[in-house]
Amino acid sequence: MKDEVTSTEERRENLKGMGCARKRVEDVRFTQGKGNYVDDIKMDGMLFGDFVRSPYAHARVTSINKEAALAIPGVVAVLTAEDLAPLGLHWMPTLAGDKQMVLADGKVLFQGQEVAFVVANDRYAASDGVEAVEVDYEDLPVVTDPFKALEPDAPVLREDLEGQTEGAHGPRKHHNHIFTWEQGDEAATEQVMSTADVVAEEMVYYHRTHPNPLETCGCVASMDKVTGKLTLYGTFQAPHAIRTIVSLISSIPEHKIRVVSPDIGGGFGNKVGAYSGYVCSVVASIVTGKPVKWVEDKMDNLMSTAFARDYWMKGKIAATKEGKITGLHCHVIGDHGGFDACADPTKFPAGFFNICTGSYDIPTAYLSVDGVYTNKAPGGVAYRCSFRVTEAAYFIERMIEVLAIKLDMDSAELRRINFIKKEQFPYQSALGWEYDSGDYHTAWDKALEAVDYKALRAEQAQRIEDFKAGKTRKLMGVGLSFFTEIVGAGPVKNCDILGLGMFDSCEIRIHPTGSAIARLGTISQGQGHATAFAQIIASEIGIPADDITLEEGDTDTAPYGLGTYGSRSMPVAGAATAMASRKIKAKAQMIAAYLLEVHDDDVEFDVDRFAVKGNPERFKTMKEIAFAAYNQAIPGVEPGLEAVSYYDPPNMTYPFGAYICVMELDVDTGEHEIRKFYALDDCGTRVNPMIIEGQVHGGATEGYAIAMGQEIAYDEMGNHKTATLMDFFVPTAMETPTYQTDFTVTPSPHHPIGAKGVGESPNVGSVPAFSNAVHDAFRAFGLVQSHMPHDHWRVWRIADELGLHG
Amino acid sequence: MSKMHVKFTLNGEEVEGLAEPRTLLIHFLRENLRITGPHIGCETSHCGACTVDMDGKSVKSCTVFVAQANGADVTTIEGLTNPDGTLSVIQEMFREHHGLQCGYCTPGMITRVHRLLQEHPSPTEEDVRFGIAGNLCRCTGYQNIVKAVLAAADQLNAQKEAAE
Ligand code: FES
Ligand code: FES
Repeated sequence: MKDEVTSTEERRENLKGMGCARKRVEDVRFTQGKGNYVDDIKMDGMLFGDFVRSPYAHARVTSINKEAALAIPGVVAVLTAEDLAPLGLHWMPTLAGDKQMVLADGKVLFQGQEVAFVVANDRYAASDGVEAVEVDYEDLPVVTDPFKALEPDAPVLREDLEGQTEGAHGPRKHHNHIFTWEQGDEAATEQVMSTADVVAEEMVYYHRTHPNPLETCGCVASMDKVTGKLTLYGTFQAPHAIRTIVSLISSIPEHKIRVVSPDIGGGFGNKVGAYSGYVCSVVASIVTGKPVKWVEDKMDNLMSTAFARDYWMKGKIAATKEGKITGLHCHVIGDHGGFDACADPTKFPAGFFNICTGSYDIPTAYLSVDGVYTNKAPGGVAYRCSFRVTEAAYFIERMIEVLAIKLDMDSAELRRINFIKKEQFPYQSALGWEYDSGDYHTAWDKALEAVDYKALRAEQAQRIEDFKAGKTRKLMGVGLSFFTEIVGAGPVKNCDILGLGMFDSCEIRIHPTGSAIARLGTISQGQGHATAFAQIIASEIGIPADDITLEEGDTDTAPYGLGTYGSRSMPVAGAATAMASRKIKAKAQMIAAYLLEVHDDDVEFDVDRFAVKGNPERFKTMKEIAFAAYNQAIPGVEPGLEAVSYYDPPNMTYPFGAYICVMELDVDTGEHEIRKFYALDDCGTRVNPMIIEGQVHGGATEGYAIAMGQEIAYDEMGNHKTATLMDFFVPTAMETPTYQTDFTVTPSPHHPIGAKGVGESPNVGSVPAFSNAVHDAFRAFGLVQSHMPHDHWRVWRIADELGLHG
Repeated sequence: MSKMHVKFTLNGEEVEGLAEPRTLLIHFLRENLRITGPHIGCETSHCGACTVDMDGKSVKSCTVFVAQANGADVTTIEGLTNPDGTLSVIQEMFREHHGLQCGYCTPGMITRVHRLLQEHPSPTEEDVRFGIAGNLCRCTGYQNIVKAVLAAADQLNAQKEAAE
C-alpha cells in the first residue's frame, strides 16, 4: 500500500491535524437533534424529583407536613432533612471545605433553598406534590450586604458554626466571616504607598452574576438493587470527582458507582459543584428502587445553583510621576452567600485572584481577601473563568484606568510602559506566580494599529467638542483591556479539589487496522473536544483525525481526570494526549525498525509513517505498523499498541490578549451601540483556529452581557429579583456585537505542544474592555468609577450625575 | 386528572395519544413521543430551545398545550434532515460555519431558520438577527450562526434557480 504519488503536504492535509480548521464531528449529531443530553434519558419506571424551595431568605423551618402531598395521585415519596439525617446525608461537603444543607435542616439561609424533595411518576405530579407540601417558617432578620454581615450585631447566619473560630482556611474573625486569605508583602506595600509620587485609590465592584448555560443542571440516578451498582448520569463538568465524592459521602464503594456525563448543553462553571438534586436523586433511587430524574428549571438554576463573582475590591495603586507602577494593594470582601460553595483548588480560597497584578511588572504588592456569609445563594463559581481570574483582570484593568486619570495620561501608553517585557519571562510576580511566556508589547502594538487607535482618539476629541457645542448627544468610548490569564490547574503539588490532585489524563488505543479510540478525563460542554483532541493525536501519531473516535465522561471507561473548567482541558488533558501519543509513537518506532530490519535509531517519523533515515522510499505507514503490532510476533515487544498518560503539569499556562471596544453612548437614553470589538488572543499553539474563534465569539458575548446588563440582584429582604430570563439579561442576536478576531502565537515553553488554552480568555478580557469603554466615554466629564452592569438606566444615571442632562 | 385524546401530524406522520389537558406540547413530544430534538431551556417562552414548526409558523412548544396542536401539522428538527439521512443545507451550513458549540440551542435554532428562510428567502444580516432573536444561544455569540444562515440562503436560492 505504498502510495508514492502522495506528497508530504497531501499526506499532512489528509491527517487534519493541529492547526487545521477541522469541521466538528459533534455537529453531525447536534444539527439533527440527535444529541443525548441528560433530560433526554428515559428509563423504565423512571420517577421524577422536584424541590419545595424556601420563599424566605432567612427563616426557621418550624414544621413540614407531607401528608397532603403524599395523597396526590402519582406522588411516590417526599424527602426532608429528617429522612436524610439517619444516612448522614442531610448536609454535604462543598468543594470549598465548607458544608451545605442538602435539605433545610431547621432553617433556611437563602431564598430558593431546597426544603423538601418530592418524587413522583412524572414531572406534573411532582409539581403538584411540591405545591401541596406544607411548610411553616418563622422569618429571621435578613442580611444581603456583606459589609453589614460583618457588623458586630449582625444576625448569626450559620448557627451550625457557632463558636467555631477556625474555618477550612484559617481563623474566622466574626460569626459571618469565612476566611481571610493573604498574599504578598503587606509592610513593603504600605511603605511603597506612603512614599509614592502618586497613589490612586478606588473601590471596584464586580457584581453577582450567573453562568446560566442554556441547559440547566440535572441528573438521573439509578441504583441497581441486584448488582448494588449506582449509575449516575448528570450534567457534570467533573464526572470522576463526582464519583469519588459520591463514594466518600454515601460510603458506596467507588467501583460500585458509575458516573456518566452525557452531552452537556453548556457549563461555564455552573456544572462543577455538587448540588442537593444529585444527593436527593441518589437517595430517592435507593429508597424507591427506581431510577430518579431531577432536572432543575431555569428559575431553580438562576436562584440556587452556582452564582459567580460578587467581589468588592478595594484597590490602591502607586506610581511614579512618569507612570511607572511601583505597588499594588488590594483588599476584597467576597460575598459567598449562605454556604461557601465556590469551586476553587483547596489551597486557594479566593481562587487565583492573586493574578491581579495582571500583565504589569509591579515589584511590590499585597492582597487580602475576606470571605463572608450572607443570605444569598451559595456559589462563587468560576463563570467561564479560571477561579476568580475574571475578577482579578477586571480589577487591575480598572485600576490602570483610574491611575491614568490621576496621572492625566493615555491609558494605552500607561499599559505599554508597565508591561512585563518579553525578556523577563519566565516572570516571577509579586503575588507568587511564575508566568511562563509572553510578548505583550507585540500584541499591544498589533491591536492598537488594527483599530487605528490614534484616529479613534482624534475622533473622540472632536466628538467631545461637538457634544459641548450642542451638536450631538452621543459620546464615544474607547475601552482598552490587556489581560493575562492563569489557566490549566494544575500542578498537583499545589492544586487539588477536596484532596483530589488536578492532573488529567488520556488513554489511546490503536486498532489493528490503524484507526483508534482515545478517552480523556475531561468532558466537553461545547468546546469540541472530540474534534480538537483527535487533531493532536493525528499530528503526533500520523493517523487521520477522521479515523479517531474520542470519548469522555463515562467513569467506567475513561481514565481518571478532574474534568473541564478553568480552561484546563487543553493545558492539562491536551498535554496528556500529546504524551500518550508519544508513548505510542515510541513503540511504533521500534516496530517499524523491526519491520524494516534496521536499528531503532535509523528510522525517523515522517507525517504518517516511519521511514529509514536517508532513504524515505523505505518506510512503514502507521497503518502497517498498527497491524504488525497486533499480528506479528516481534521479539522483545508486547503485542498491542496503546498507551495512557496521566499528566501533572509543571506550571499553569498564561494565555493573554488585547481587546479593544469602541462604543457609542446616548447620553439621554443611556443606550449603547458597540461600533467595533477587536479581540487579539495569544493562546500559544493553536490546535483548531475555527474552534478558537468560536470560543472568542461566545466568551466575549458573555462578557458583553455581564458588563452591560446581566446580574443576579436581591432586594433587602433577600428576594431574588432576576430569576427568569425576562429579568436576567442574556443578549439575543440583535444586541450582540460583531467581533473582529486576531492572534499572536507565543507557545507555552512547558506544555508538550505549546498550547495554553483559550476558552475563558474572552470572558476575562472582554468585561474590562466593555466597562472601560463606558468609563472612557465619560472620562472627559469627570467620571472615575461606576459599577457594572452598565445597563441603560445606570448609564443614564452616570450622565445625570455628571450634570450632562442640563 | 382525566386525559384527552390528541392527534396531529408530526414530521409527516400521524401521531396520537392521551394527555392531560394541561400538558405542554414540548413535554408531550419529549416524554410521550420520545422526540428529544427540541430542548427545554426555560419553559417560560424566552429561550427558543423548544422551537418547533406548527402550521407554517415557528412556535415555542413550551408555550403551547398539546391540546392546541390537535389536528395541526408539526415539524421538529427530526423532520428536517434530508429524506436520505444526509444533512439538509441549513444543517450543513451550521456545521460548515461553526454555528453551534454545545448544540443545545441548535435544534430550535435550525427549526426557526428553516421557517425564517421561507419568510425571507434572501435575508440581510439584519433580517437574520431579527428573525432569530427569539432563540437564545449561550455559546456562539451568534456571529457564526448568522454566517451559516446567510450561506444557507445563498445555497437554497442557487438550488432553486438551478431547478427552474
Ligand atoms: S423552553 Fe420554550 S422558550 Fe425556552
Ligand atoms: S450552541 Fe450552546 S447554546 Fe447555542
